[in-house]
Amino acid sequence: MNEWWLIAGMVLVTFIPRYLPFALASRIRLPHALEQALNYVPIAVLTVIIVQTSLYADGKLFIAVSNPYIWGATAAFITAVIQPRLFISILMGLLTYAGAKIYLS
Amino acid sequence: MNNRRIIFDGARDSLPLIFPSMPFGIVFGAMAKSLGLSDVVTMAFSILVFAGSSQFIAITLLASGAALPVIIVTTFIVNLRHILYAFSLLPYVRSLSHRMRLAMGFLVTDETYATVINRISQAQLGNDFSRYYLGSGILMYSNWVFCTYLGIVAGNQFPQLTDFGLDIAMVVAFVGIVVANLRLPSHWICAAVAAVSGTLTYAWPNQTGLLFSSCMAIAAGVIAENIYSARNNNQTPKAGETS
Repeated sequence: MNEWWLIAGMVLVTFIPRYLPFALASRIRLPHALEQALNYVPIAVLTVIIVQTSLYADGKLFIAVSNPYIWGATAAFITAVIQPRLFISILMGLLTYAGAKIYLS
Repeated sequence: MNNRRIIFDGARDSLPLIFPSMPFGIVFGAMAKSLGLSDVVTMAFSILVFAGSSQFIAITLLASGAALPVIIVTTFIVNLRHILYAFSLLPYVRSLSHRMRLAMGFLVTDETYATVINRISQAQLGNDFSRYYLGSGILMYSNWVFCTYLGIVAGNQFPQLTDFGLDIAMVVAFVGIVVANLRLPSHWICAAVAAVSGTLTYAWPNQTGLLFSSCMAIAAGVIAENIYSARNNNQTPKAGETS
């Protein structure tokens, strides 16, 4: 029974942050400064997720040539800078990661 | 344009991102089972809550005997970044029905947000926005529920699945999406601050480092943009004076 209360509580605290801004969308007009700030959300949040996923292994900082995540992310970065197609950037990132993983371990 | 085609596009563009989430769904199912949760409760978590990292944190805390309010408050903090996502999508949501917004709100995830933002940065979606979004969201949702079920069935067969490094697909996809958004010098400054701060705050509890670093990076980007535009405004009249 305890678990169902937990699920109910989690549904609330998960759904409200996701839905509330949408629910109020037609009623609120955001101030210009806030709209400007929100343009930076994807860059900021996704970059943090990228570094926290790729620079840490087993909870420890792992910045070294033997970290295949760094190779994969760097390859994807360079590919994305020189050409616009996301699919090709992902492919280059994955191939480089696989190569680094096989070659370095 | 063809409605089904747009839904399909949203699902197709999310495909690289379902692979990293698959092992997490499977491990969640297996872990919940090994912690003694019933199959129904485990499935209810994934069907009703639909939040990967929060679900892991919840069952880990549950197993360690944490009190209900502690688990719920922790979940809330972990989910706060979704408020940022939802706010940044506001301009595209205004004209949609409340039923559609309800569905879209339920389906907010890192992956769907990243997919949709990437599409927006490439082309104006207009009325197709909600269909594209649903295509991505429904794929992520059904994948999550299905993989949870697989995990329950498989039991403890895959304890090491997360060690396979499948989250590299998420990393490289996010890298590509971030780069596509780097148009102004201030965008680069935002990314640099996010990278440094994210690295330094990794050990903070319950992803508060993620929240803190995101806010720092957003502030840095806005300040940089304002400095650049102030400088440009100063230069234009000066150029006029000299001529």
